[in-house]
Amino acid sequence: MDLKQIYREIVNEHNLHPEHKRDLANPTYVLQGVNPTCGDDVNIQVELDENGVITDASFSGAGCAVSQASSDIMIDQIIGKNKEEALQFIETFMEMVHGTASEEEIESLDEAAALSDVAHMPARAKCATLAWHTMEKILKGEE
Amino acid sequence: MDLQAIRADFPILADERYVYFDNAATSQRPRQVLEAIDNFYRTTNANPLRGLYEWSIGATEAYEKARSRVARFLNAERDEEIIFTRNATESLNLVAYTWAMANVNEGDEIVISIMEHHSNILPWQMVAKKKGAVLKFLEYDEKFNFSDEELKKITDKTKLVAMTYVSNVLGVTNPVKKVAELAHKVGAVMVVDGAQSTPHKKVDVQDLDADFYAFSGHKMLGPMGIGALYGKRELLDAMPPFLTGGEMIETVTREGATYAELPHKFEAGTVNAGDAVGLAAAIDYLEDIGFDFIVNQENRLSKLCLEAMRDLPYITLYGPLETGRHSGIVTFNIEGCHPHDVSSVLDSEHICIRAGHHCAQPLLQYIGVNATARASMYFYNTDEEVERFVESLKKVRGWLGFE
Ligand SMILES: Cc1ncc(COP(=O)(O)O)c(C=O)c1O
Repeated sequence: MDLKQIYREIVNEHNLHPEHKRDLANPTYVLQGVNPTCGDDVNIQVELDENGVITDASFSGAGCAVSQASSDIMIDQIIGKNKEEALQFIETFMEMVHGTASEEEIESLDEAAALSDVAHMPARAKCATLAWHTMEKILKGEE
Repeated sequence: MDLQAIRADFPILADERYVYFDNAATSQRPRQVLEAIDNFYRTTNANPLRGLYEWSIGATEAYEKARSRVARFLNAERDEEIIFTRNATESLNLVAYTWAMANVNEGDEIVISIMEHHSNILPWQMVAKKKGAVLKFLEYDEKFNFSDEELKKITDKTKLVAMTYVSNVLGVTNPVKKVAELAHKVGAVMVVDGAQSTPHKKVDVQDLDADFYAFSGHKMLGPMGIGALYGKRELLDAMPPFLTGGEMIETVTREGATYAELPHKFEAGTVNAGDAVGLAAAIDYLEDIGFDFIVNQENRLSKLCLEAMRDLPYITLYGPLETGRHSGIVTFNIEGCHPHDVSSVLDSEHICIRAGHHCAQPLLQYIGVNATARASMYFYNTDEEVERFVESLKKVRGWLGFE
């Protein structure tokens, strides 16, 4: 897909009208991820219940449209998953970024699969994966 | 001067689909530079300064001739005041690890400006930390000048002042000659970061009275991997070596060594003769074009670009109002759009600009932004390219979903 089309069809909507950009009242975990090449940061907040299910999540912080959209899409799909499912989901996303995911696996990513083209742009891969890395750290650190 | 003829010297510019506006990061190279390097390796290559046979002597001569060329270019008094390094960063580190580590002590002060590149900040932070010295920042005013009041931060305690001659973000030229005078009054040494000035203006290190002057070849038509440090001979003579090893010694015994004379004392290991030759060719090229032409052309392009961008209400420009103070550097933001996205969508139009913090995070914090976009033009850029750039800028907000 041509870059402007990616922006038009996927990125712009989530960037301009993010559903999950806010602060949680009682987050279980908060972690800031920083992209050292540009200084952008994303603040990921997660609320887990006693069974390890992600009952709510959100993001905040300054970043480019790609990182904002990627955060919004990830959070949208991760709410309701338990920790293991969420980590599996993140791993599959990373496999897509590295080009090792099967077509089936990519399909399982649902809307996040649409980020595949941006994630493959060498200059923008870090923007696309920042929120995912940060979420992964939260969920792994919890174990 | 015929701009099309100049452009024809640059093989990469033949591909007219691209508008290259990231010259402050690195310039392009004319075939004269590429050929000089190629010719060195084809005809004179051997390890310089070591062999006693014709090729090695030829390589040594080519290398020393390049040093001489750099010395004349900067108007250094002597050839041995030019130390070849990899780039401005290495030159600045050389001064920090040798002169500063030997001469800056606890309670002393190092004064730099807020508009420095990280390469002219981190070495001094390192010295200040290791030595217990204080690092102070000179801040500029709303007209992008350093007031006399601000310059009073240079005091009797100051041992070293480091300042960039031209800012890689704002494009402004700083009064390094005046600052050197103030530094010398209190007995401090003056370090000038010439990474952005050397490509754009005639530099005279004796007139500036700089004690050290650092620059990179790759920003001024030369190859990557070669740069230089100018240092006053008395200072260089008294300094300990930076790196040690081959080619920088007089004699070595099991117990110790005596060091070679300048400049070799600071050039340990096999030197980068091929790229030094390329740098000399770049200097020849720049001087053939002439800095009058270079400055004029850059100012024309800056004016055209800044005036067109000023008419666009959603654009914020950083740097002075005067278009003649930009050295071809135009730093900006587009309302609502992150500079990375701006750069990416312009890239899909084959327009190459920089986005981010430009290795000057303290400056961006001082300005109050996280990141900016930056277009930087050189003398081989054209009016048409500026127009194409501005026309594309007008579409960026639309591409990013604003209407
Ligand atoms: C003002 C300034 N100083 C220092 C440097 C560092 O140059 P180099 O990376 O070639 O060492 C740069 C390059 O970006 C610069 O713009």
